[in-house]
This record gives sequence, C-alpha cells and structure tokens, in this order.
Amino acid sequence: MTALATSGLILLAANRASAEPLAPGAASCLACHENRVGATTSGFPTLGTLSAQQIEAALAAYRSGRRDGTVMPRIAKGFSDIEARAIAESLARPEAAPR
Amino acid sequence: MSVITTRRGLLTGLTALSLAAPALARTPSHVVVVGGGFGGVAVARALVRNGLAVTLVEPSPRYVTCPSSNAVIAGLMPISAITFDYEGVRRSGVSVVHDTVVAIEPDARRVALAGGQHLAYDRLVVSAGIGLRFDAIPGYDEAASATIPHAWKAGAQTALLARQLDAMEDGGLVALTVPALPYRCPPGPYERASLIAHYLKTRKPRSKVIILDAKDSFSKQPLFQSAWTKLYPDHLEWVPLAKGGRLEAVDPTARTLRAEAGLFRPAVLNMIPPQTAPALCRATGLTNVSGWCPVDPITFESTLRPGLHVIGDAAAAGAMPKSAFSAYTQAQVCAQAVTDLLAGRAPVEPRLINVCYSLAAPEYGFSISGVYQPEWDRLVTVPGSDGLSPEDAPPDVRMREAALGRAWYDGMMRALFG
Repeated sequence: MTALATSGLILLAANRASAEPLAPGAASCLACHENRVGATTSGFPTLGTLSAQQIEAALAAYRSGRRDGTVMPRIAKGFSDIEARAIAESLARPEAAPR
Repeated sequence: MSVITTRRGLLTGLTALSLAAPALARTPSHVVVVGGGFGGVAVARALVRNGLAVTLVEPSPRYVTCPSSNAVIAGLMPISAITFDYEGVRRSGVSVVHDTVVAIEPDARRVALAGGQHLAYDRLVVSAGIGLRFDAIPGYDEAASATIPHAWKAGAQTALLARQLDAMEDGGLVALTVPALPYRCPPGPYERASLIAHYLKTRKPRSKVIILDAKDSFSKQPLFQSAWTKLYPDHLEWVPLAKGGRLEAVDPTARTLRAEAGLFRPAVLNMIPPQTAPALCRATGLTNVSGWCPVDPITFESTLRPGLHVIGDAAAAGAMPKSAFSAYTQAQVCAQAVTDLLAGRAPVEPRLINVCYSLAAPEYGFSISGVYQPEWDRLVTVPGSDGLSPEDAPPDVRMREAALGRAWYDGMMRALFG
C-alpha cells in the first residue's frame, strides 16, 4: 500500500521547507507573468525585475485609466490599494540586502 | 474541525512512514492528486514547492491540451505542438503514477487504483475535469463519438475531427452543436466555429459551418459576432435557441441531425454534449443535484466530503468559468490552503483571476477576464473587475491579443510541464 507513497516521500525529503505564502491574488498574476529574473517570457513584463513601487504604481495607473492595456485595466479594478500593494511586495524584485 | 481532521491525518501519515522508513525523522504529509491536467499538475507542483509529498495519478502518459486544440482542428498546427509528457512534472519532485483511480475511500483515507494498489493520503485533491453526458442527446452515445467526434477532451478526438475536416470535399456543410451552460470553456465552441470558418474560407471556400446552439447568448458574443460579420459572412451561421438551434436527436448511421430548425445532413458533424463532473466524483458523493462538486470558496474543500478538495472544471466554483486559467489559479489557492490546513494554520481569504483569450482568426484575438473573491459560501466577481476586450479595437490590438494568447500558452506549458 505505501510503496508508491513512500517513494514520493523520500523524493521530497530533499525539498525546501514551506515558503512564505503570496499575498491574495498574487499567485494568479504568475499565470502570465514570471517573477524569476532572467525569465524569457514574450509579451508579459517579468515582475521580478521591477520594484514593489513600480508594480504598485502600474496597478494604480491601470485602475485609474491613466494607463492603457488589454486585460490589466480590468484586472486592476479587482484590487484595492492595500491589496495591490501586498501583491506588489509579494512579486517584486527582492530589495538588495543591506551590507 | 479542520484542525482535528488535519492532526489525525498527520498522525496517520507519520505512523505509516515510521514503519516504512524509520530513518526519516521529520516527514512531510502526503497529498494525492487525481488528474494530470492544468489543475492537477499545477496543484501538485505548488504543493511540492510548499514541502509536501505529492503523488499525482493520471491514466495517460501524455497530456493533450484543450487550449489551442481548435487551432489543431483547423489545420493551423500539428497535434504534437499541444502534447506533453510528464517528465518535467517528475523532475519537479512530483511522484507521477500512470494508473486510473477506480475508487476514493474517504474513511480509509486512500484511493484504489485499477492496477490493484492503494495510495494513502492525508489530503486528496480531485482535478478530474469533466464527464461527457452520453445519455443526453438521443442517438449520441460513446460508440457514436467514434465517428462523430465531440473533441471536447483533447487527443484522439481532436485528431479525428481534424482528419474529417481535411477529408471533406469543398461544398460540404460542417455542423457544430453547443449545449446549455455550464460546460467546459464557455467561449470554446465559438472559437472552434471561427477557426473552422477560417479553414473553409481559405481552403474550401464553397463550404460553410453552422452552429446549432441550445442558448440565445454566449461568452464574448459581441466580439465573435462582429468578427464573423467582417470575416465570415458566407462561411459561418449561428442558429440560437430562439431560431431552433436546440438539438433533438442524431442518427449516427445516417449521419443526420434533427434540431428544432429542421433536419441537417452535414458532411462533418461535431457534437459537444452536455457535461457533468466525472463519474468518480459522483461515486464519491462529491456532486450535488447540479452534477458538479460544491466547494468551500477559500479552500476548495468539498462541502460534502471533508478532507477532499475539488478544483478545475469538476468544481462548482460560483462565478468562475470552467477554464484552464481558472483551474490553474484555483490550484494555487487550493495548494496554499491544503498546506495551511496540514500545518494547523487557518487559510487566508483568497483572490482569484481568470483570463481567457480566444481567436476569431489566426491573428485576430480577444479576451475576457475577471477577479473573484469569496462571499459567504461561494465565489463572486469583484464588482467592476470583469469585462471583454473593447468592441471597437483596431486590428493591431486584435493582433496583439492573439500574440498574448500564444505567450500565455507557451509560458503556462513551461510552468506546468517544463
């Protein structure tokens, strides 16, 4: 009974521990946008190269209609300022560690 | 209650493992995922990233995607371009078992496989897609689908419909029948009719595609209809319910179709039957009278069978449409909730997004999108967040959305199967 399950468990023993959960909605962004630096997606900006401020400002501009787009002006209206900031912080380029 | 269940699950998992592999001091909980499509692969990979042990059970060694399958039917790309194996999923740390789940045993916390084995789980995620209702249209049973394809599960059916279109002589009628909602991919039939019309216009210009619809309105309707007027005035006709579009019967031997509008003798017939959650979901008690699986909007845990989660097309997910994108985003939310529940944490209220691109022609794309949130016991659309591409967009915007649809597909396939 446990033969199959056990092989899975052992395989996973090397896996890293639970990561910090993303802000609500942020995982959906990654259905199109990558946030890995060096990603080679065509068409969608790679979020991991942007700062949290840049992402937050872009969402605010889409929401207010100041910035044109295809789906983003609609999607941005689904999030409040606070929600958008949390998403931006989840997905942005990590800030440089202090030396 | 979830916490108690979770703790018991953890103990069971620990006991089982300490017998099997006493060397491992800290052992992750084990999640079994049923189904290797968009939802299943996405949830399995997300759970592995969260440090859990995951076994994914999928009968087929290869997955053929429904997204982009309409382009294969219309001869725009080979089926190999939408076919993937599970090697990348294995490399990501998911244990993939090619077998069929014949029974879910919630009391024993295990699934039974056709091969005779059992898999124990702490939590189970069912992402089993759809079941086709071969009892709904008189004359259209599973045997009939061998010659009259539905092509609503991609693979051999997709290839069959593509071959029939390719073999059709110019001047033939292609009939496409569409059921009432809810069904997998609400705009899919209309994209299919569009791309078939494109194929006919460019390759068999004396032919025509007719849509016999059980509805009077449909997803992305103004965008499709404006494209049809522009691109296919002689090659596509939509017959809504009000004009007799509802199907009455099919004769698979004579290959004739009777609708309220009259008798049709199409050269190629594509029937999309009404749908439900798969038989396994019904047998497990996961479905309600709707035929679909009601779920908690925060965790995607079944409201009928605690400890079992349902995502993707099989779930009754409130306002969210049955799409590959929905399945992917539900998988992310479900994976986090399962991780939290197994760790004894309360899951956070999620937000989910759906985006769906459709093609009216190879370089003519548009989208529908929405943001969803839990409201009491269901998922609702966040007011003002949903909508369609503009009706008056210029050709370069249609071209851009066609390219974005391709980019979405390529990126998603790398994320799931790469």
